[in-house]
Amino acid sequence: MVKMTVNGVERTHEGDPSMPLLWFLRDEAQLTGTKYGCGMSLCGACTVHMDGQAVRSCTMPVAAVAGKAITTIEGVGTDKVGKAVQTAWREHDVVQCGYCQSGQIMSAIALLQSNATPSDADIDTAMNGNVCRCATYVRIRSAIHSAARALKA
Amino acid sequence: MYLTRRFAAQPLLPAGLLPAPVPLSRRGFLQGAGGLVLGVSFMPLAAADDPAIPGDAGSGVAPETTIEPQAFVHIGTDGRVTVYAKHLEMGQGSYTGLATLVAEELDADWSQVRVEGAPADAKRYANTLLGVQGTGGSTAMANAHRQMREAGAAARAMLVAAAAQRWGVPAGQITVDNGRVLHAPSKHNVGFGELAEDAAKQPVPRTLTLKTPDAFRLIGKTTPRRVDSAGKTDGSAQFTQDVQLPDMLVAVVAHPPRFGATPKSFDAAKAKAIDGVVDVLEYEGGHGRFGGVAVLSRNTWIAKQGRDALTVEWDESKAMKDGSDALMARFRTLADSAGTVARQSGDADAALAKADKRIEADYEFPYLAHASMEPMNCVVSLGERSCEIWNGEQFQTIDQAGAAALLGLQPEQVVIHQLYAGGSFGRRANPHADFVLEAVSIAKAARKQGHKGPVKLVWTREEDTRAGYYRPMALHRVRAAIGKDGRPAAWHHRVVTESIMAGTPFAEFGIRDGIDSSSLEGVIEPYEIPNLYLDLHSPDTGVPVQWWRSVGHTHTGYVTEVVVDELAYAAGQDPVAYRRKLLKDHPRHLAVLELAAAKAGWDTPLKAAAGEKRGRGVAVVKSFNSYVAEVAEVTVKADGSLKVDRVVCAVDCGLAINPDVIRAQMEGGIGFGLAAMLHSQVTLKDGVVEQSNFHNYPMLRIGEMPQVEVHIVASAEPPTGVGEPGTPPLAPAVANAIFAATAKRIRRLPLGDQLKA
Repeated sequence: MVKMTVNGVERTHEGDPSMPLLWFLRDEAQLTGTKYGCGMSLCGACTVHMDGQAVRSCTMPVAAVAGKAITTIEGVGTDKVGKAVQTAWREHDVVQCGYCQSGQIMSAIALLQSNATPSDADIDTAMNGNVCRCATYVRIRSAIHSAARALKA
Repeated sequence: MYLTRRFAAQPLLPAGLLPAPVPLSRRGFLQGAGGLVLGVSFMPLAAADDPAIPGDAGSGVAPETTIEPQAFVHIGTDGRVTVYAKHLEMGQGSYTGLATLVAEELDADWSQVRVEGAPADAKRYANTLLGVQGTGGSTAMANAHRQMREAGAAARAMLVAAAAQRWGVPAGQITVDNGRVLHAPSKHNVGFGELAEDAAKQPVPRTLTLKTPDAFRLIGKTTPRRVDSAGKTDGSAQFTQDVQLPDMLVAVVAHPPRFGATPKSFDAAKAKAIDGVVDVLEYEGGHGRFGGVAVLSRNTWIAKQGRDALTVEWDESKAMKDGSDALMARFRTLADSAGTVARQSGDADAALAKADKRIEADYEFPYLAHASMEPMNCVVSLGERSCEIWNGEQFQTIDQAGAAALLGLQPEQVVIHQLYAGGSFGRRANPHADFVLEAVSIAKAARKQGHKGPVKLVWTREEDTRAGYYRPMALHRVRAAIGKDGRPAAWHHRVVTESIMAGTPFAEFGIRDGIDSSSLEGVIEPYEIPNLYLDLHSPDTGVPVQWWRSVGHTHTGYVTEVVVDELAYAAGQDPVAYRRKLLKDHPRHLAVLELAAAKAGWDTPLKAAAGEKRGRGVAVVKSFNSYVAEVAEVTVKADGSLKVDRVVCAVDCGLAINPDVIRAQMEGGIGFGLAAMLHSQVTLKDGVVEQSNFHNYPMLRIGEMPQVEVHIVASAEPPTGVGEPGTPPLAPAVANAIFAATAKRIRRLPLGDQLKA
């Protein structure tokens, strides 16, 4: 049995502890905002926060999150940085198909929490693990800068 | 996907498979004061006959059919306006575009507008340019712009009529503004919601006045924001992958390793031993789709564990076992002999023989996977005589007809719930409805085993990469020459590529005289060549192929624009100046070329750092009736690594409905084209696809994304598409920039390590 909190709520997983966190979130906890893209930590669509760090949930066994605090896209709206990033995403109309965007936003929040004023190069480095097949990258850069400005104001 | 105007309004499926489209009778305009008055239409005219946007009162006729605004727009008593989108939202902004058109004529409050996917209905929701309900060929705005505006205008007129009746005032004194209905003299001022019930009882108007462009509040403005932004930034947007239904089982499948193989036998003991695996079953394949073995569980990961534990023996007696190298070698051999002639004028061979300056080259293009972020999937729930499907549907009525045929039902008995698609790039518009029917086939087999709940088919990334339906491989063999004046004098062009439409319901209209027009679309165009020869070989390789964002233009645009660049250099002329001369009678091509070149600062030399080479290249391609020019700037480092620094894009897509969506589609189309240019190829070894996931089928990442500037040509022409046209010019513009920097011509895609050799 594995216990963790997800978006502040205590959760328990009683099945196979080697199941990746992604599938616990999606199929057991019914939190489907976190997406399956590759299953190999190659695309970042499954990015969530574990104790504030961005991690790929598709390769993270549930056993490894015992006692940890998990935050998913459904839980970031109440956080100051999370809200600023979501707002910037909407102001720039970043999304196209939208499937990767939960992961993009989770990576962007983690970036801004560790670097309040990232340069384009910082953004490219921090976001390089998140694939967007629609190539919304130009707007991802702009939206992260916007969120950074909004948080400083 | 593929489309040309000559298919306009013709059904693309054999009679019997789908209901015939509503016949359109025609009548002239009804005259009215204050702008254009249209006979109202439920089915708008096909674009080929479209009298341009309303406001252009001088031409055209309107069809006489019954308007049915309620099929497209609903106004609730709470004042919310719901637009029913007949097109799929797969990222291209169709929901926002359709809603903008309705809201414009309705004078709705944009913040009250939302969009729902319409159900599958071949009569109500046909794409008038495709003849089926479907989204592709960048046709959403082109086919629906008038239909949606008429629906909005009809709904507005019904609100006004209801208000006039309630207040006992003339309708002519009533105005509508931002979701409110007003009568100034009596100071009546109510929201749409208060009139909604009364408005629904009003007769649908027989005539409508549509706005002239000067009255637009939403069209052409940047104010309408994407209607799907909120749900796609808080995780609430529903994709097929996210569907959760009571008693639902997830199916993860074992596909044969080679195209054309079928299951011979399988051992499910290990799979069934896994806690949580509910069942393992074989399901039938069929035309254009796999049969295989499915593992069912309530949990996707457990189903995948079960699938990985299967031992399946495959019958490979009919399987395709070629490698892609052998296939390309076969293409080269084919190119030694004449194909089916597509165009011929003058005497290309004779002109080439006597030319002083000629170029001669092969251009090679690999198979490409669509690789949308959401791997293919589909949810199916079967009843005794019913079928419900949840899916991001790109070909609603083809999928509906296919499911009905497989189940022995009538199409109307197959109910389709439209969801967002996590990308498609053509993949979800499969003429054989492959993965949709696979899901139906699994649900059918599951039901036989007593599993009556819904089934969600989930492909892993590996299945998505390996299950075929690729952009076809292509070989172009070109010989071209310039005359003494430097202009192209002769052009001999042979294309070898698989037909996308052969063996599909689209063949009847898409293949004429042995030529699949999607194999050759755009090639050599719009350049006029006095001595021209074009022919085509369409070998059948056994590899499933399909349209892929911008279809034939992905290779025809590349070859045409690289060859023209070669000719410009052969003539000793600047590539922009050379094209300017050749395009002088093509004003829309010329306008985007000039705009892109000017905004890019074409005449200002690029500065290169020590040890680096920089270059600028241009390409201009018309596709899907939109005109796009792109100028790329590249840096090639001493080690041969390439960086595309900047792309300046100019687009003419007729009336710009949502300029910001257009910009976004150009940006995305450029990134999509760059991924193919730099990295993408699907290769086969002994019939087995070698790529499986993003480590060996790499995507473009943010660090590779250039700066992009998009400039939109102001236009009052009817709107055309933007989903695809941004992609074709990118690769040739980059290739031409590489040549400008390094004097090396790139004749084989992807680029890979070619600059490092």
